[in-house]
Amino acid sequence: MSTSSAIGARPEAGARSRSRWITIAVFLLPALALFVIFVLLPIAQAAHYSLYKWNGLQPLTDFIGLKNYQVALASDTFKSAIANNVFIVVLSLALQIPFSLGLAVLLNRRFPGRGVFRLIFFLPYVLSEAITGIVFSLMLRPDAIVDTSLKGLGLGGLIQDWLGDGTIVMFTLFVIISWKYFGFHMILLLAGLQGIPRELEEAARIDGAGRWQAFRHVTLPLLGPTLRVSVFLSMVGALQLFDMIWVMTKGGPIGASNTMATLMFKNGFQSQLMGYGSALAVILFGFALVLALAYQRLVLRRDVEGAVTAFNG
Amino acid sequence: MSAPEARRSTRLVRVGAFNVASYGILIAVALLILVPIAFAILGGFKSNNQLVGDPGSVIPNPWVASNYTDVLFGANSGAFWQEVSNSLIVAVIAVAATVVPGSLAAFVFARIAFPGREAIYTLFTLGLLFPAAVAILPLYILVRNLGLSGNFLGVALPEAAFGLPLTIIILRPFFRGIPAELEDAARIDGCSTFGFFWRVLLPLARPAIATVSVLAIVSTWNAFILPLILLNGESQWTLPLGVMNFSGTYSADQARILAFTVLAIMPAVIFYAVAERQIVGGLTAGSVKG
Repeated sequence: MSTSSAIGARPEAGARSRSRWITIAVFLLPALALFVIFVLLPIAQAAHYSLYKWNGLQPLTDFIGLKNYQVALASDTFKSAIANNVFIVVLSLALQIPFSLGLAVLLNRRFPGRGVFRLIFFLPYVLSEAITGIVFSLMLRPDAIVDTSLKGLGLGGLIQDWLGDGTIVMFTLFVIISWKYFGFHMILLLAGLQGIPRELEEAARIDGAGRWQAFRHVTLPLLGPTLRVSVFLSMVGALQLFDMIWVMTKGGPIGASNTMATLMFKNGFQSQLMGYGSALAVILFGFALVLALAYQRLVLRRDVEGAVTAFNG
Repeated sequence: MSAPEARRSTRLVRVGAFNVASYGILIAVALLILVPIAFAILGGFKSNNQLVGDPGSVIPNPWVASNYTDVLFGANSGAFWQEVSNSLIVAVIAVAATVVPGSLAAFVFARIAFPGREAIYTLFTLGLLFPAAVAILPLYILVRNLGLSGNFLGVALPEAAFGLPLTIIILRPFFRGIPAELEDAARIDGCSTFGFFWRVLLPLARPAIATVSVLAIVSTWNAFILPLILLNGESQWTLPLGVMNFSGTYSADQARILAFTVLAIMPAVIFYAVAERQIVGGLTAGSVKG
């Protein structure tokens, strides 16, 4: 393959082959050990714990089979948490990614100030989600800056109890999530656009295609791989939504902004229902696994050796 | 006016009009991004009376520096500095534990063929999509059983483990791109595999190493759920936890919360200003290459 040292390729290489395996083991072991111990093993343990009624302290004795799953899947609280995760996914795909794409197209031209805009748009991505949430909480307090600004613009009628009204809170959170993450998707898509030779769109234009037609039928299909990366990362991000919601609403009011992760946290650590919490974790993992396998099939194999993320924080 | 000239001039006009519209959009979006940040920075310079009594005014009047100076040097400043130092310790351990094992593994994945290699690599790439949230309950128990609760290692190692997939995925193509002739030459000169890795490959891959380090720093600096569960008590909290706690304790003192918040995000902002290229480059590298 890419290595030409080809130590193992020689027939007489008995001893050398052994030393090659030792090299492989020594190089691979630290990463593999960390990954197995702190990522894979806990996931397997969650599956194990999920079969018990357990408070996390006493020995694991109270085996109850799949009861935790039955309870979870019958629970309206859990269903509404899943619905909230799905809500964020749907709005992200419908609004946030098209918005990011539009800005990426604008930034894919040369004009003075382009670098500054890119710098600003991406900035929220490097801020801590928890700290972002706290700043927005202050801005959204009743009669704080958001309400006052709306009044100043003559839009006082739009004012809501942004975080306190169960029918509004998910929209509010979606806007803040978009504030934080659209720049990330924009940067991804911009990089994708820059990989598409400009001549292709120009050729289409010479052949009489309008600006929109050229974009729709030439650029957009070529951007497909990048869009897929963006869509997947957006879905994974929405699936594990926790930090911002925890600092802003703790899942409230009355559970209206619970996600799978906040619910799992509450059950596991606040109600000492480790078994039940683990069952929720396994279900969440099921969603992630389906996504991961689809990602592997649709994205990684095809385009990228460096697909992207940083939602793992 | 001949036909081509006419066409050119209308085109120029359209381009001009387009630019005005797109500048308008870009500036509007930039303002939406900057307003909350400006609100936090300027709010930190206001008194609470100003914040609550006149939330619409932008510029502090008068400017109050005491919120910032209290957080930095006041009677309770110990907590802030403690959290800065905790964040730094966790970041240093986590970044080392991500980048060193990550680059060793990426080297194997890039340059040494063996049966099962792609399967193990795939396992890591899938890890990219496993949310840390899935593992937190067992991690809490595991870290306790390992005797690491109350130890910064107990939070830094899991953070590193969750950072490995991205590190390996970014480094592998980079390591692959280094010509095989260099490896042959190094071998002829008597380099061992590790010698080649250490003395030839790593120096050549410095930009990629910088990128994965920067990404690891950002993600560990901002990490929330893992420290929330795995750290023991206030004396160990990192900055995001500290900010959350501070905003609960002083919920009536908005100005001070904002000052604390701004000071807590400052390192990340400065870091971004310095290392924007690595951060953006690293995150996009894969999707462009194809």
